[in-house]
Amino acid sequence: MIGAGKIKQYSNVLDKPLSKGKQEVSLSAFAFLFSELVQYNQTQVDNIAELERRLEDAGYAVGARVLELLCHRDKGNRRETRLLGILSFVHSTVWKVLFGKVADSLEKGTEHEDEYMISEKELLVNRFISIPKDMGTFNCGAFVAGIVRGVLDGAGFPAVVTAHFVPIEGQQRPRTTILIKFAEEVFPGVYDVCSVGAKKRSKVRLSLR
Amino acid sequence: MVAIYSLYIINKSGGLIFYKDYGSSGRMDTNDSLRVASLWHSMHAISQQLSPVSGCSGIELLQADTFDLHCFQSLTGTKFFVVCEPGTQHMEDLLKYIYELYTDYVLKNPFYEMEMPIRCELFDINLTQAIQKDRVALLGR
Repeated sequence: MIGAGKIKQYSNVLDKPLSKGKQEVSLSAFAFLFSELVQYNQTQVDNIAELERRLEDAGYAVGARVLELLCHRDKGNRRETRLLGILSFVHSTVWKVLFGKVADSLEKGTEHEDEYMISEKELLVNRFISIPKDMGTFNCGAFVAGIVRGVLDGAGFPAVVTAHFVPIEGQQRPRTTILIKFAEEVFPGVYDVCSVGAKKRSKVRLSLR
Repeated sequence: MVAIYSLYIINKSGGLIFYKDYGSSGRMDTNDSLRVASLWHSMHAISQQLSPVSGCSGIELLQADTFDLHCFQSLTGTKFFVVCEPGTQHMEDLLKYIYELYTDYVLKNPFYEMEMPIRCELFDINLTQAIQKDRVALLGR
């Protein structure tokens, strides 16, 4: 996201165009920065839930800004107002800008109508991180969950977003699932828009590009 | 036939922070491995002082009748060394690769404390893969 080597110098940041260009940062630099973020927050808390919350809050600020930027840049100052629209926006547009790829999958929860899951075999932030045994189910993906919550909240779809490790058969490493549970006020409102044959589908794989 | 007997990583003050042995020959208990680590650390330092050449970076290879010991020291003073069968090739490359794994999966892990024993799952997984790959390459030759 950080602008890398623009040729022209702008005296005022507001004059700078918001065009995409190739804006990649070094993975190592990011990994060290993220590692420091986690280490710093670890010194500020006394339990794991608190650490998770702090990481999520750090991500929330990123999410809110990313939504603003992408709506302006890609969508001509319009944002998604449909539930599936915003979910696919997170799954593809946001993921691509932040992590350079589309998320591995976006699924609807099987048990609850208001739950969606974004799964990633290897989340970029977790690439170099091994969780010690004594930290249990803690997942640094909480930061990414925070980003998702920031985007959704900013777009008017408040939700509780959490990150979990889900073991996959025949694989040493579990994948990370970002679980999105929409707030009550969201669901009845958008229910009509996206409920074409809602009763029939128990598990629907959303068709995305 | 096992090419690599064991792998050690020692921190800049000579403490053993990682030890793994491969295969049955040359197996050692914890005390012995700690002893080897600190002994090697001191010998390495002494060799630097004794060397007639200025700017010597210490012993890189120790050849004995029954084993070879290849050592790689990083710029920060962390030493990686493998004990292997006499005449095993390409150990420098393997050590460099292990150093790469160390910088990736140990140093970028927020839960690792510097100079402390390495307990990182991802490092173990990738190390096992690297050693296996190396073994396959050796057998193929």
